Amino acid sequence: MKPDALLAGVSDKKYFILGNEAIVRGALEGGLQLAATYPGTPSSEIGDILYALSEKTNVYFEFSNNEKVAMEIAASAAACGLRSMTFMKHVGMNVAADPFMTAVYIGTEGGFVIIAADDPSMHSSQNEQDSRYYARLSGIPMLEPSNSEEAYLMTKSAFELSERLKLPILLRTTTRVAHSRSAVKFGEIPLNDRKAEFIKNPSKWVAIPANAVRMHKELLEKREKALELSENSEFLKIFYASAGSQKGIISSGCAFNYVVDAARELKADVDIMKIGMTSPLPEKAIADFLKAHDEVLIAEELEPYIEEAVRVVAQKVGLNTVIHGKLDGYFSVLYEYNPDILISALSSWLGLKLEANKVFPEKVDLPPRPPVLCPGCSHRSVYYAVKKALRKVGMKDAVCLSDIGCYTLGIAPPLSAADYLLCMGSSVGTGCGMSKALGRKTVGFTGDSTFFHSSLSGLINARHNDHDFLLVVLDNHITAMTGHQPNPGNSGRLGCVRNAKSIDIKKAVEGLGIEFVKEVDAYDLDAMAAIFNEALLFKGVSVVIAKRPCALDYSRFHAKPGLFRVNREKCTGCGVCLKTYACPAFYKDGDKTAIDPSLCFGCGVCVSVCPVKSIEAVNIHE
Amino acid sequence: MNKNFQLVISGVGGQGILTVADILGTSAINEGINVVMSEVHGMSQRGGVVISEMKIGDFLSPLIADSSADAILSFEPVEAYRILNKARRNTFVVFNLKPTPPPGTLAGDSYPDPAVLLEYMKRAGVNAIGVPALELACKADNLRGENMVMLGALSAVPNFPVSSAALESLIAAKFPKAKKNNIAAFNEGRIFAESYVNNLQ
Repeated sequence: MKPDALLAGVSDKKYFILGNEAIVRGALEGGLQLAATYPGTPSSEIGDILYALSEKTNVYFEFSNNEKVAMEIAASAAACGLRSMTFMKHVGMNVAADPFMTAVYIGTEGGFVIIAADDPSMHSSQNEQDSRYYARLSGIPMLEPSNSEEAYLMTKSAFELSERLKLPILLRTTTRVAHSRSAVKFGEIPLNDRKAEFIKNPSKWVAIPANAVRMHKELLEKREKALELSENSEFLKIFYASAGSQKGIISSGCAFNYVVDAARELKADVDIMKIGMTSPLPEKAIADFLKAHDEVLIAEELEPYIEEAVRVVAQKVGLNTVIHGKLDGYFSVLYEYNPDILISALSSWLGLKLEANKVFPEKVDLPPRPPVLCPGCSHRSVYYAVKKALRKVGMKDAVCLSDIGCYTLGIAPPLSAADYLLCMGSSVGTGCGMSKALGRKTVGFTGDSTFFHSSLSGLINARHNDHDFLLVVLDNHITAMTGHQPNPGNSGRLGCVRNAKSIDIKKAVEGLGIEFVKEVDAYDLDAMAAIFNEALLFKGVSVVIAKRPCALDYSRFHAKPGLFRVNREKCTGCGVCLKTYACPAFYKDGDKTAIDPSLCFGCGVCVSVCPVKSIEAVNIHE
Repeated sequence: MNKNFQLVISGVGGQGILTVADILGTSAINEGINVVMSEVHGMSQRGGVVISEMKIGDFLSPLIADSSADAILSFEPVEAYRILNKARRNTFVVFNLKPTPPPGTLAGDSYPDPAVLLEYMKRAGVNAIGVPALELACKADNLRGENMVMLGALSAVPNFPVSSAALESLIAAKFPKAKKNNIAAFNEGRIFAESYVNNLQ
């Protein structure tokens, strides 16, 4: 749905929208006034929409340079009474965990909603941590929507809940909630013209130890109040089987959907308790549900977060209801659920059978289709140049430290430019650690957005502790992987946030006193060869910033820069281009290479890759 | 009318899968039918496999169990074959015959003949319809209309719960400028698949 249409949607009409779109609509109806984020799948669309609407609503929205800063922006605005929101992918919560854990102690005046978007099965992530433990760790309330409608309703009500308890609220989504579509009935967007006001009161707002000891106690008192709300939450529902059952299921989030569909499919007669507010968990309601059943199955994705609590409740109340879940091997903590997992679990638990209706097609070796760097992607040419330079200076085994972005796709052959990866910004710290451990130069790759996110702080350390390390900044002027959001290096794009200023990466690096800092055109293989050779032989920290706009993003706004073709008379069919460069626009035409004109971006880098100069520009006016 | 229908849509990033899925879902909602649908965003969109699962009717979860799809709509022959675990006997597998070979085929991966894949599907007991989508799009004077052809072909599948009228009116609303050519492409696809379906009965 277009952002404008989401804003213009009328009350009482049903719309078929993404979970993330539902969150935005819910937030607007909940009186949102300020939001900040760093983009991360599966939460990115929330920011894209608020960004597109930033001139059309009175909501202040910004892409911050990382999740920690976004958390601080939202927490402090909420302290001034504004309804505020920050949202991030699950691993972003780790970055923001420091301000988060104290924002919880300090509490809030204006409604403060924090969204953690988990990615079970790691569709676009480096791990599948269960962010619900942030609610347990911090002690704040948490809501877990199961579909777009709940994402909308819970976001909307989270602001009220937050103001009632004076606590931030964690809203936890997963990929299948954030990126699924279902129908949502809209309400009205109120005019929220509440003015910000900060009443100075250091004992309330400054978490020095003397205040923090009191704050922690207050947090526990707020938690008692939250528990009461959880027992009576509108999002706590029990669906009774027609005949009444001795067996029950407790579920939350998207897992609930699979439970219901599987139970319908199997015609299983079983009671289902759905918990929407999963922190604090409604212990009394859980105890009652346990008492009413002989056997209870806990169905939740990832860690046994609810199951642990249910087992504690059973022990506290002294119940011997049989409890099944992940801790007794009924389910795995691995990966997201799907209908098959639930159908198989329920059928074996309840002794029901489903007629198998499989088909058995002939086995065929299907070519795999992994995601790849796009035609014209400047990351490909930079990796190609660095690898060549490493061979030239006798460092072909140098460890390449990767980072988080499209450029992680450089892991695939023939580029093979990712040897170790932890998290956003880690290319620098890990490059320095490996260089020290191995006693030789290492090469790190980071993007422009990732540079501002957290590579910069690593670079301060690299300079200060004088590490022997080359950092290549793959500067494509955009945060590409998450859908082309602006970052501090390109703040002018699309008119961005009012008066945003661009920050020059080269100047920032020079400001640290790093002596070797060079910029280079990421399409110019000859220039890169010279600079990378020099940078690799330099002792100490060197930084090369290779610049070219993201080809995919560029094509959205401009005609392609050109078109290239293979001259079949000159091509010897040696295959060097395929084996070393592997642009997706190449294909094999007989024993020679050809270029698909519909895929060719026109960067022309392949001209220098061909050893017999068989690739030539096409005059597009021919 | 309110019969349940489970549909898998598959293909390659950039083929317009999410556009087609959105048209289908919104048309169903406009006709008062419940829909739940999953999409893929992020990393896999960079030339990777894109799958959208759509459950029309009395469902809550956005994913389809193995051997449960009523239809598979695929924009690419290999991607149609790869997702056959969702098919059961007599599932309609409507796929574009035109291959989009993955880059690995440059380095030696072999790409199977679509006609052979079609034959294997039929032998396995699914109702496979190989659609010459580009050819039909050209007939409709709409070179870029392959996805509309495919959508039209899907609409001819028996028991498909969303009416052609609803789909056509949404296509018209979504593409006001290319309305005529898109509906022409849609109809080409529909007529092609209808002749196949009629031969079954």
